[in-house]
Formats: sequence, structure tokens, C-alpha cells
Amino acid sequence: MIATFIPPDKLGTPPMSESPWALLPTASNHAAALDTLYVFITILCVISMILIIGAQLYFMVKYRKRSDNDRTNPITHNTKLEIGWSVIPSLFLIVIFVWGEVQFMDMSSPPANAIDVRITGQKWQWTVAYPQFPGGPSLSCPGNAADCEPTEKTPTLYVPLNEPVRLTMNSVDVIHSFYIPAFRVKKDVVPGRYSNLWFTAIEEGEFPVFCTEYCGDEHSSMLAKVIVLPKSEWAATVKKATELKLEEGETMAHYGERLYGINGCAACHTLDGETKVGPSFKGLYGRTEQLSDGSSLAADDNYIRESILEPNAKVVAGYSPQMPSFQGKLKDEQITALIEFIKAQK
Amino acid sequence: MSNQTHDSVEPSYLVAKKGLLSWLITVDHKRIGLMYLVATLFFFMVAGLLAILLRTELFTPGQDFMSAQTYNQVFTLHGAIMVFLFIIPSVPAAMGNFLLPLMLGARDVAFPKLNLLSFYIYCIAAVMLVLTLVMGSLDTGWTFYTPYSSTTGTAVIMATLGVFIAGFSSILTGLNFVVTVHKMRAPGVTWNRMPLMIWAIYATALIQVLATPILAITLMLLCIERVLSIGIFDPALGGDPVLFQHFFWFYSHPAVYIMVLPGFGIVSELITVHSRKHIFGYRAIALSSVAIAVISFLVWGHHMFVSGQSELAGVVFSFITFAVAVPTAIKVLSWVATLYGGSIRYTTPMWYAMIFLWTFTVGGLTGLYLSTLSTDVHLHDTYFVVAHFHYVMVGGTVIAFLGGLFHWFPKMFGRMYNERAGAISALLVFIGFNVTFGTQFFLGHQGMPRRYYAYLPEYEYLHQISTVGSWVLAAGLFLVLFTLLAGLKFGKHAPANPWGGVSLEWHTATPPIEHNFHHIPHVESGPYDFPEIDWDSAKH
Ligand code: HEC
Ligand SMILES: [Cu+2]
Ligand SMILES: [Cu+2]
Repeated sequence: MIATFIPPDKLGTPPMSESPWALLPTASNHAAALDTLYVFITILCVISMILIIGAQLYFMVKYRKRSDNDRTNPITHNTKLEIGWSVIPSLFLIVIFVWGEVQFMDMSSPPANAIDVRITGQKWQWTVAYPQFPGGPSLSCPGNAADCEPTEKTPTLYVPLNEPVRLTMNSVDVIHSFYIPAFRVKKDVVPGRYSNLWFTAIEEGEFPVFCTEYCGDEHSSMLAKVIVLPKSEWAATVKKATELKLEEGETMAHYGERLYGINGCAACHTLDGETKVGPSFKGLYGRTEQLSDGSSLAADDNYIRESILEPNAKVVAGYSPQMPSFQGKLKDEQITALIEFIKAQK
Repeated sequence: MSNQTHDSVEPSYLVAKKGLLSWLITVDHKRIGLMYLVATLFFFMVAGLLAILLRTELFTPGQDFMSAQTYNQVFTLHGAIMVFLFIIPSVPAAMGNFLLPLMLGARDVAFPKLNLLSFYIYCIAAVMLVLTLVMGSLDTGWTFYTPYSSTTGTAVIMATLGVFIAGFSSILTGLNFVVTVHKMRAPGVTWNRMPLMIWAIYATALIQVLATPILAITLMLLCIERVLSIGIFDPALGGDPVLFQHFFWFYSHPAVYIMVLPGFGIVSELITVHSRKHIFGYRAIALSSVAIAVISFLVWGHHMFVSGQSELAGVVFSFITFAVAVPTAIKVLSWVATLYGGSIRYTTPMWYAMIFLWTFTVGGLTGLYLSTLSTDVHLHDTYFVVAHFHYVMVGGTVIAFLGGLFHWFPKMFGRMYNERAGAISALLVFIGFNVTFGTQFFLGHQGMPRRYYAYLPEYEYLHQISTVGSWVLAAGLFLVLFTLLAGLKFGKHAPANPWGGVSLEWHTATPPIEHNFHHIPHVESGPYDFPEIDWDSAKH
């Protein structure tokens, strides 16, 4: 319903680093910390490698066979040496373990003032929603939709600079994993539960987001981008990105379908005739409705409009008045689109 | 080591009985070993060619000659065949079968008929896995993660049943070997005089017996879920997808050691024989195999640091994983120390052993980044992991396996091969391997996720280097094949003991007679007491 998947060469994020051998940009609080440990482990590994392979090469040359009468050293073990090379590496291992553990605990505890953002994973599409800005999912190129083909819209996560952000993520189908390499954060997105991840972006820019848990055919194309903005621009950009409007060339009914999904009508109204919390939209338009006060009327445009804006004014017989009012949340054009959409459900 | 110098007039096991049927119904451990060898090498080639297809598709960032579905099926089959039909059975079942009784001074394994049965069970499993190709193929990855695997339309049931059945073959072989080591050692072969190859196979067999049933149960539950729609792992049915990962890795982490421990055993033999040195720290190497086998059961959660398991679990698993690093480091250092004061002969098997020290050390050290909780968050499921486990599985097991093949080939077939061709193959494999997988560490820390058929243009350069490396590696491996096949056909007849080994397999005819030994040998010294060792110098 929303954009389909994006082939990786169309993502359009600038390269993360200048050389393919370099480290990635340290664009989040975690990135800087992790890189220090990464470099520390690398130094230890290089030293160990030089010692081990150095000794090996030295022995290989020095003790190559010289004649058939070579005699070899009878040494079979050396307890002191063996204890030494068990204990000394162990000490280094403990340092690495503790260091990594402390960082991991920090990565797992979001600060209380973090801004909440919701991420939904679905084959092969990420959806970003901002609880403070209810509206549509945020896609890239807000405003100038003409610049991008409808199918190539990239889901975009906007985050303010130097503010902690917490993502609450879930999946509607299989396991995915949300990974922002430039931030060094990653977490599996599992159906049937919420997982969390937090970071503070410390560098402005545009970075790729990958799915790193294999999820089927277009796993490679399950991409998104994260855009880090100054705090002052952030709210306005998100507002604009999540604003819903009729796309150029889109039919009213299709726009209505999007609104039906985004505003959560689907939670209570089905399209296939089945009754959930509220009556199904199938065949609703033009039907004669029995109301709970005993009267009856034909479901026309005005009735539907009233049902959306003042749902409890006329309650359908057999249902409890549970529908929230959408007064002030939906614009006229959007209500018209919903009506057109309901009309189309024959 | 033994007192046996009987000139053999008996025919070798290769010709003692004739005809195809005599092979198909044989209960001779050596023939069964060779049948495993042929089968596993065949699957190694199949899965290796699949890998070349994958690497070639990755030469450019876009989609080239494979569709997304094809790519996913090919990487799944590459992994599943490599793991279940090649690496797991290659060293234990192929080489272990051939060598274990010979090295113990026994006439056969404890249960020869069971041994043949294991082979046929393996064949059935192989046929089933290959059948998934016909049945719409498999696209779950060799890890079968739920709920993807419980919902995808491809031949999951057939494949999991195949793996399930392969598991039985593995369990029976393990059982057979454990009993053989306990009961069939020749007089004088005490636990302290067993070659380290036997220690490694013994530790492996223990894991096979204890861990494989868990895999069987997990896969059975997966089938039950799919067939009967009972919710176990699929959240849509009320199951828990992460539970599957716990079950799966509870087997598959120990399985990593099923794959790599036998390689350790081979390297211990190669380094000592070809440097004419007593192994350094026999006891430490032997016991570290057992220590690794035990600890390996307690680290499965290190595959799941970002899966949403509790943070505390992550911390515990990370800690225990660091604990495995210690016995592993002890082994590597002991091998290097063994070279000290030796008289090193640069034969083909020795070149492979030397390559192993390099590749396995890289594999082991890069494991540190992944057992560290925080750095793993970044590197998990990227090419860094791909590079790491190929350095362990290929750089460890496969390189050791090739070295072992060159070392025992004369014993198996009674022929030598061209040493120069062997050495060139080692060089090609070394260069090709490091170029292919070394670059992938950089791809990984740059964030390139695994299992992608297309990728961002910024990764193109490293992918191209890696792909070219894989072609070199393939050339090296084909050279191995040609060298050995040519040796088989045109090679010089091998002497009974071409390398001057002292363990028992070198104390019988080459190739061995059907019942291995005319008289069960009586052993009075260790497997590494070479005549060149200058015992007197120690007394000064
Ligand atoms: C929390 C559940 C809930 C949500 C969300 C909800 N509704 Fe309803 N809706 C109901 C219930 C219950 C009724 C029946 C009682 C009534 O008429 O108020 C109803 C009735 C209606 C009716 C009249 C149906 C009839 O058969 O006459 C319309 C039209 C309608 N809703 C439209 C919408 C639209 C459009 C949305 C989304 C913008 C929406 N509803 C969201 C619960 C919900
Ligand atoms: Cu995915
Ligand atoms: Cu593991």
C-alpha cells in the first residue's frame, strides 16, 4: 500500500566513508565509544598476530631441515610457560569483556527523556511513525513529491541532533533487524513483541538503514534512511513529512484507503463483511441502517460524515458506542476521501 | 612405537575383495571411510561451485544474472550442503573412519555394521537435501530461522527431514567412535599415549552424541508446527520465534566444534611428524579439546546478543565465550612451540599445517570482536561474521582437512602425488582464501549486511577484490583435486612410511591389509617419540 522496496543502488545516501578500508563516521554517542574498543581490540589482535606468526616464521626458517642427521630438541612441555600463556591472555580477555559489557549495558538503557519513535518492519518495508506527530508514515522528499517516483519512496527516520531517541520496534510478519551502521546500533525486530534501541545522533547527515535479519526475497532491498537535523528544524520537518495529502494523480478512493490504514479504522472495521468492534464497511454505502434508538436511515454521505465526526450521535443497533471522534483530526478533503473509499467497498 | 615389522604378502584392503558390491556391503572401516571421502568431496565441490556463483553475482552492486529468489536459494544450499553434508562428516566420518582403528591398533571400529548403516543414512539425507532442489528449493538459510521457515512456501519439510536424518548418521558415528576409543585400544595404548588426532575425534564424538539430538528435536518441532499448525515458534499461532534460535544454537554452536576439533587433531599430527618433534604440551592440547567440548555447550547465546534475549543472558554468554578463547589459544601456542628446535620438512601437508596456523589464528582473534557484547552489536549479521566463520571453518577445518588428505593419501591409496603441484596448490589456496575473506572483515566493519544479493555502490570495490580472490581459491582447490587424481593414476608407489611417522597407522602395510595388522601391536612408547629426538641433550 505504501512504497514498495527500494533497490540498494537507488537509496541515494552519500557514501559513509571516503575509503572502503576506513572506519565509518561516528554519528552517534555509541559509535564513538564502540570505535575506541574496536581499535583497542584491533591493536591487541595485531600484536598477538605479530608475536604468534612472527615466532612461527622465525622457527620455520631457523629450524628447517638441514641434513638427514638432524637431531631435534627433546622438550615436551614447560609448565611455567604454559601457565604464563594461559594467564596473561586471560587478563586481557577480562578487560575486553568488562569494557564491552559496560558499553552494552549503556546501549540497553535509554534515558528517560528520550524522544519516542515507532518502527514497524514488514516484508520488505520499514514504516516510521512519530507518536507526537500522528499522521502518515514519513517518506523521503516531503513536499516535493514530484521529484521522486511513487514506488521509490524511501522510509525516512528524522532525528534531532544531540537529543536521545528511543525506537520501539515490532514486526508484522517475520523477524527483521534494524541496523544503522553509522550509529553502530542494531536490534532484531520480532513479530509478537516490542524491541527497543536508543541513540543520540551527534553528526548531521543522511545515513543508510539496513535490514540485517534474512527475511525473504527482497531482504537486500529492505532499506531506509536516517536523516539527522538540527533540533530547530526537526519538528517542522517531521510535521511536513507526516502530513497526509492527496498525491498528484491519486484517486480519492485510494487516498481514502491510505487514511483508513493510517488512522486505525482497520482495527475496528473490516472490508470483508466480518464484524470486529464496529460494522464492516463492505456494502455499507446506501444500506438501510437500524439504529439503537429504533429508527432507521439510509447510509449516505452525510450519515458517514456524521459517523466519523460525531460517532455517538447515531449508534448502529447491536454495537456499543466505542468509536472515537475524529473531529479536528481529519480535514474535509480527507473525510471526503474516506467516504469515497467506503463507497467503493461494494 | 610398536614391535611389528611383518612383511605383508596379504593383499591390501583396496583389492582384497573385488567388484562394486564388495564396496557397497563392506564393513571395513577403511572402505567406509573412503566412501565417505568420495561423497563428502563431491558435496564440497557442489557447494563450492555454488559459492563461486554467489561471489560472481556480487561482483557488481546491482542484480546481475541471478534473481533474488535464486540467490537466496543458492546461498541456502551452499550453507546447508557445506555444513551438513561436507564439514560435519568430512573429518570425523571420512578421515576418522579410516584412521581411528589404525591409530588405536584395532582391527576395526567397535560396531562395523552400524558404521555401514551410518553411511547409508548419510546417503539418504544427502538425497533428500538434493531433492529440495527439485521440489521448489529452499530459501531459509541453513539456520532455518522461524517464523520465516514456518511460513515460506519452499521445501522446508523435505530439507529439515534431510538434516534430521543426517543427524542420525552423525550420532551413530559418534557413538561408534566413543565405544571404539574406550574398548578397542591395543595393549599399551594408554589414554596418555593416544595420538592427539584420536583425542580430538573422541571429543568430537562426545559432542555428536550429546548435541545432535537437540537439533533433531528442534527440526521435528518445526515440522510439527508446519504440518499440524501447532504454535511453537510462529507468533501467529502463539509460538515464540526466539525460542527456535535458542534450540538451534544449542546444537549449532557445539556443532562448530564438531567441525573444527578434528581439524585441531590433524594439525597436531602434521606439525609433529613433519618437524620430527615431540608435541609441545600433549596434556594441555588433549585436555583443552575436552574443555572446549564441555564449554561449547554453554555459549550458544552469543549468536543472539541482538535478538532480544535478556541483557543478563547476553552478559553471561559473552563471559563464557571468552572462556573458550583460553583453551583455544593454548592449542595454537603449543603448535607454534612445537616447531621450536625441530627439523622441519616442507612437504605439502606441512605447508597446509603452516597455513592453518595463520588462518586459524586470524579466525580465533576476530572471534574476540564478536564475543564482546558492544562491538558485536555493530558487527552481528554483517560480512565481518561471514569472514570470521569462514576463517574458522575453511581456514581451520578445510585447510587442516586438505593437509590431512595429503598426509594420509599415500596410506589410503598406496601412491604418492607430485610434491611441487601440492605446494603450488597450497600457495594458491592461501592467497585466494585470504583475499576472498580478508576483505570481508573490512566490508563487515563498514556495515555491509550478509545475505544481500545487491548492495550499496560504496561496497563495490571490496566485493570485487573478494570475488577475484574466490576465483583464485577455486583454482587452488581444483589443483588439489587434479594433483590427487593424477597421483592416484600415475603416482609412484608409496613406501610403507613415507613421512617417518611413529603412530600405529604407519606400522602396517601401505595401503593397509584388510584387517589392518597381522598381529595386534603392542605399544611401549608415545605417538610422538621420533628417532631424531635428541633425548640425551635434555639430561645436561
Ligand atoms: C475503536 C474502534 C473504532 C475505530 C478506531 C473506528 N470506528 Fe467507526 N465505528 C466503531 C463502532 C463500535 C461503530 C458502531 C457504533 C456507532 O455507530 O458509533 C462504528 C461506526 C462507524 C460508522 C457507521 C457504520 C454503520 O454501519 O452505520 C462509520 C461510517 C465509521 N464507524 C467510520 C469510521 C472511520 C472512517 C474510522 C477511521 C477514521 C473509524 N470508524 C474508526 C468503532 C470504531
Ligand atoms: Cu531482512
Ligand atoms: Cu557459536
